[in-house]
Amino acid sequence: MSVKELVERYCRTSKLPHIWCPGCGNGIIMGAVMRALDKADIDQDKTVIVSGIGCSSRAPGYMNFDTLHTTHGRALAYATGVKMANPDLNVVVLTGDGDCSAIGGNHLIHAARRNINLTVVVFNNSIYGMTGGQYSPLTPTHSYATTAPYGSIDRNFDLCKLVQAAGGTYVARGTTYHTRQLVDQIVAGLGHNGFSFIEVITQCPMYFGRKNKFPSAVDMLKWQQEHAVPVKAAAKMTSEQLAGKFLIGELYHEEAPEYTAVYEKEVIAKARGEVK
Amino acid sequence: MPVPTERKAQLLSGNEACVQGAIAAGVRFFAGYPITPSTEIAEGLAVELPKIGGKFIQMEDEIASMGAVIGASLAGLKSMTATSGPGFSLKQENIGFAALTEIPCVIVNVQRYGPSTGLPTSPAQGDIMQARWGTHGDHPAIALMPASVREAFDLTVQAVNLSEELRTPVILLMDEVVGHMRERVELPATDEITVVNRVKPTEDPEHFLPYKPGPNLVPPMPAFGDGYRFHVTGLVHNETGFPSGKGKDGNILVRRLLAKIEQRQPSIAQAELYQADDADIVIVAAGSVARSARAAVKEARAQGLKLGLVRPITAWPFPAEAINSVATTAKAMIVAEMNLGQMIIEVERAACGRVPVIGLNRIDAELITPQDIIARAQEVTKNVR
Repeated sequence: MSVKELVERYCRTSKLPHIWCPGCGNGIIMGAVMRALDKADIDQDKTVIVSGIGCSSRAPGYMNFDTLHTTHGRALAYATGVKMANPDLNVVVLTGDGDCSAIGGNHLIHAARRNINLTVVVFNNSIYGMTGGQYSPLTPTHSYATTAPYGSIDRNFDLCKLVQAAGGTYVARGTTYHTRQLVDQIVAGLGHNGFSFIEVITQCPMYFGRKNKFPSAVDMLKWQQEHAVPVKAAAKMTSEQLAGKFLIGELYHEEAPEYTAVYEKEVIAKARGEVK
Repeated sequence: MPVPTERKAQLLSGNEACVQGAIAAGVRFFAGYPITPSTEIAEGLAVELPKIGGKFIQMEDEIASMGAVIGASLAGLKSMTATSGPGFSLKQENIGFAALTEIPCVIVNVQRYGPSTGLPTSPAQGDIMQARWGTHGDHPAIALMPASVREAFDLTVQAVNLSEELRTPVILLMDEVVGHMRERVELPATDEITVVNRVKPTEDPEHFLPYKPGPNLVPPMPAFGDGYRFHVTGLVHNETGFPSGKGKDGNILVRRLLAKIEQRQPSIAQAELYQADDADIVIVAAGSVARSARAAVKEARAQGLKLGLVRPITAWPFPAEAINSVATTAKAMIVAEMNLGQMIIEVERAACGRVPVIGLNRIDAELITPQDIIARAQEVTKNVR
């Protein structure tokens, strides 16, 4: 499918151009999500895209599906309601690092714990972009932000480890540099029957880059290229070689009972006296 | 259906009657978080909903419960949550989202003593103003205040119906006494209950404008998955549902949200009048306090003191007409409430200075007794003569 065909089919073209800054990676991620939805051959009328608040969360407004732009941090709570009410819908959650790991952190760990069939794509640009560059729980320690003028002293989350520990059953990390792999990771997430989580490292040249000695978006993408290590390659590397790097690819995958299916099979069946 | 199809006497608490009312009204999704004194509603629906294919989920917090309720309503199910003071405070942002995006849902608030953790098992009526103004910005509000177990059932049904008809969050504002009190009740037979369902669009998706109001100012609402591919946002939006960023669209939208309630107001706003037309002193009391007030009216009349009662059934919209109807005949009004003066502000507004309006307030976690009311009425009688 050409880019033109992709955009015409999956975008609300009348809503374009988007609001994102020049050099922002959000469009790359939105494109990857649309390519993945196409590759996974989902039913466009049976797919709901839910977001919270922030730069990432404006993506659903451009996407030609049922779309729900909720309150800050709460996308997963709303998405849980949608999926519980109608498990036949594919529910995709687009969120940002602040949205899902700070104000929405509680919903993230509990949605993962339930293993409810949602596909979550986190746009991790390491900063609050919409409000102009404040540090988030994913801002690397010692990075600068408008609210960390002397460098952030906070230790940052490894969100993938957090989600895995909380019970998520498909966990992957991608970047806006490794776009082909990113599409495949999202396809795998969409195909997985359970809580799927894809963290995408993306660039915010305007607020993160400017404060942290990245003169342009290209420099940030180069940083991704130089610091991302595929899981398989990492297995052959020493801890010294891996210092300062981050892993990309499928980080965790297990099959486990999915929440809405279990509710049908156990709770409803027991309540109706169909099983004991 | 677990709801009896015929009338049958039962011994129920207000919270249990609320569960029955929700099922009868067609609620098929509940998300909640445990909180005293509303927990029995969650417990009851956890039992009943799956029996009829409905969904119950205990969420990780109060905020998540409200979010899940809105999501489920968008997916097509009538949805409800239940909470009390602290949880009601936490839900406010998402209640505002439901108001702006016009998502039908019911929030039960079994009021307890506050602020903060307060006295969790003690009654209060301190959330009357929060039910009106709890979320930020101008927004519509409907809040119903049952005074009996049977009314907890009826008003739950009505809350669901109003939320579906008007696409707006509706608050069932119980108090701890009504929630936990047990009474012998006869619930209506299934065929005696009116059930209202949201109006769905009839036009094809190509020509559908998700926020184009119908004749009652309410836009028809498809469910996610119906093929309309519509957008829902808490940003100010125009008829297309997409954010416009324009103040003029905010002006149109927020005024319509209020107008759709206002034009239905005469039939939504309700009050019960009891021996009020010839009363020298009219007691205004709602919820459990109205029960004491009714007893006070009977007892005082036996002593020759002509009391009457106006019982607001809707806190919001406030039944100003009922106050009006007695403001020129009564010599004084006493507003009895388990707070330091919230409903009295609306009574004064409706009375327009035509009659003295005096408060009777308790916040010692004890009920306002008929004796409290009679004593205050005797005092007032001396002063107005």
